[in-house]
Amino acid sequence: MTAPMHDTSAAETAAVDVAAGVPAKAIEGRSPWRIAWVRLKRDKLALAGGIVVLLLILVAIFAPLIVDLLGHPPNEFHEDQIDPLFGTPKGSWGGINSDFVFGVEPVNGRDVFSRVVYGARVSLLVAFFAAVVAVAVGTVFGIIAGYFGGWIDAIISRVMDILLAFPQLLFIIALVSVVPNSIWGFTGSGVRMGVLIVVIGFFGWPYVGRIVRGQTLSLREREYVEAARSLGAGRGYILFRELLPNLVAPITVYATLMIPTNVLTEAALSFLGAGVKQPTSSWGQMLSAAVNTYESDPMFMIIPGVAIFLTVLAFNLFGDGVRDALDPKGSR
Amino acid sequence: MFAYIVRRLIAVIVMLLVVILVTFGIFFAVPKLTGTDPATLFVGKQADPAAIEGIRQKLGLSDPILVQFWHFVSGIFAGRDYSSDGDVVHCAAPCFGYSFRTEQAVWPVLQDRLPVTMQLAAGACVLWLLGGVATGILSALKRGTAVDRSAMTVALAGVSLPIYFTGLVSLAIFSYGLGWVKGDYTPIADDPLVWFREMILPWVTLAFLYAAMYARLTRATMLEILGEDYIRTARAKGLREPVVIGKHALRSTMTPILTILGLDLGAVLGGAVLTETTFNLPGLGQAAVKAISDKDLPLILGVTLIAASAVVIANLLVDLLYAVIDPRVRLT
Repeated sequence: MTAPMHDTSAAETAAVDVAAGVPAKAIEGRSPWRIAWVRLKRDKLALAGGIVVLLLILVAIFAPLIVDLLGHPPNEFHEDQIDPLFGTPKGSWGGINSDFVFGVEPVNGRDVFSRVVYGARVSLLVAFFAAVVAVAVGTVFGIIAGYFGGWIDAIISRVMDILLAFPQLLFIIALVSVVPNSIWGFTGSGVRMGVLIVVIGFFGWPYVGRIVRGQTLSLREREYVEAARSLGAGRGYILFRELLPNLVAPITVYATLMIPTNVLTEAALSFLGAGVKQPTSSWGQMLSAAVNTYESDPMFMIIPGVAIFLTVLAFNLFGDGVRDALDPKGSR
Repeated sequence: MFAYIVRRLIAVIVMLLVVILVTFGIFFAVPKLTGTDPATLFVGKQADPAAIEGIRQKLGLSDPILVQFWHFVSGIFAGRDYSSDGDVVHCAAPCFGYSFRTEQAVWPVLQDRLPVTMQLAAGACVLWLLGGVATGILSALKRGTAVDRSAMTVALAGVSLPIYFTGLVSLAIFSYGLGWVKGDYTPIADDPLVWFREMILPWVTLAFLYAAMYARLTRATMLEILGEDYIRTARAKGLREPVVIGKHALRSTMTPILTILGLDLGAVLGGAVLTETTFNLPGLGQAAVKAISDKDLPLILGVTLIAASAVVIANLLVDLLYAVIDPRVRLT
């Protein structure tokens, strides 16, 4: 790592320039966000994670286009690719060839590549919006509990404790499976995804709430809050204009690290049969189908597994980088 | 101290009651909203209305929800009688009701399943504590070296891998490929050696995920503590390095690890659901998944209650242990 060395020497030169009275560049104040961005740019692993995340988002958005160019429609059967005797893909490596780059599904011969690409949509949409739900609810309740204290805090904290005591995965499965397939006239995988988002987000908010509450407890004693109050600022103003901006950093860190957890949860639910339903494809569902065929067709198990792994890894690398970059104690 | 424990125990009981009430609410209210009747689940959809009405009376399904809740809770402590048209079935305490599907009493099923999950959790916990904490300490002591980097890379990969994927891959390799294990559960009473051999894969799979988390946490905590003044003092007064690390630093490192351990052991059922499904272990998690897909309320309630008790009791034990490990903690 040569970057830090270079940086200090640049700073020294600047200092010398100023001392010598040369009209140097004006000393600019750097906002915390700018410092974080500079730090993040130096973190190679985090950048790599960030790039993969970006690519995944692009894949999810342009899924139909990518499948059009490189694959076959995700629900098209290709029985000609299947060995009629065993129901396994023809050829070695799960039927991978120039036409089917990730091979085909056993039995019905659907294109694994297109199903993985469309699976990215489900995975990222659910993970991202569940995190948004959890952060929104958690922030509001956490900030209220921390700022007002007293019985409001007691009630919100108890509710969070109880929610954390629930066997979450079981409850998510249970809730998802008792919800009907059509709500208010909406049907299909959109409803399933909506339910997944709400339920995963609902069980995630206490984690955010606890962090925000703790931070608010210490922030509300700061002078700037007292100053705002003495100037006659209302509660809403103090909560959302004074306190919230100072909570954005921890919330951002938590949200970035929550997305990979949500990806895993969504995949686990689909694996257990409580996620989106066929024919909509998702990675967890592909893995659960692979349980019965991994002995004859291991590639069909490996490809969705690696997709989940890489997605979660990329988000974790990026999230770790964001955390280090936003850490005021960090010296890098 | 005594007053503290009593107060916490009361809180535990209140929380468990709330958990039962919420579970009740979900599984009784949601089918009502969606128009399915728990009684039809019991007797099947084609049964004649008289049979359905009989079941409804026998199980008290037409009572208000709070009355049903009361019968359920008192049944756990005092047992209860199910009666319809003169037929009385007594269900001895602890009575968790009868399965909607198999009509077996729920409590013996839970008794049957719980040991398997506990064996899984205990073995995995030993592995992940030993592996995770040792790796974390080693990484912290060798900060920045190749050992540290490779250990942390493996750990990051570990937290990003879904259990059901590593489980399937390990089954494919060790059961199908090498034939070292059968991939079937053998009760410990039948043959302890075979039991041990068959449990190794589930233990390692479940432990790997947690070991990775613990390694990351231990490393971060250890690094923070090694920068504290009292460690410098310990070194300055001439203590040998093993004593400084093993006695002074390790003790403080244990506090956050213990917090997480309490939460994780309580919540291990979530991981057990996936591990048991992947390895086909007849534990609580597997029973729960089946119960949920069968909409078998009494069984779901039973598992939920055991899982929630595990969480709250684990949390209580952790809080008590704090006082043992950290002399600064006073329980009041």
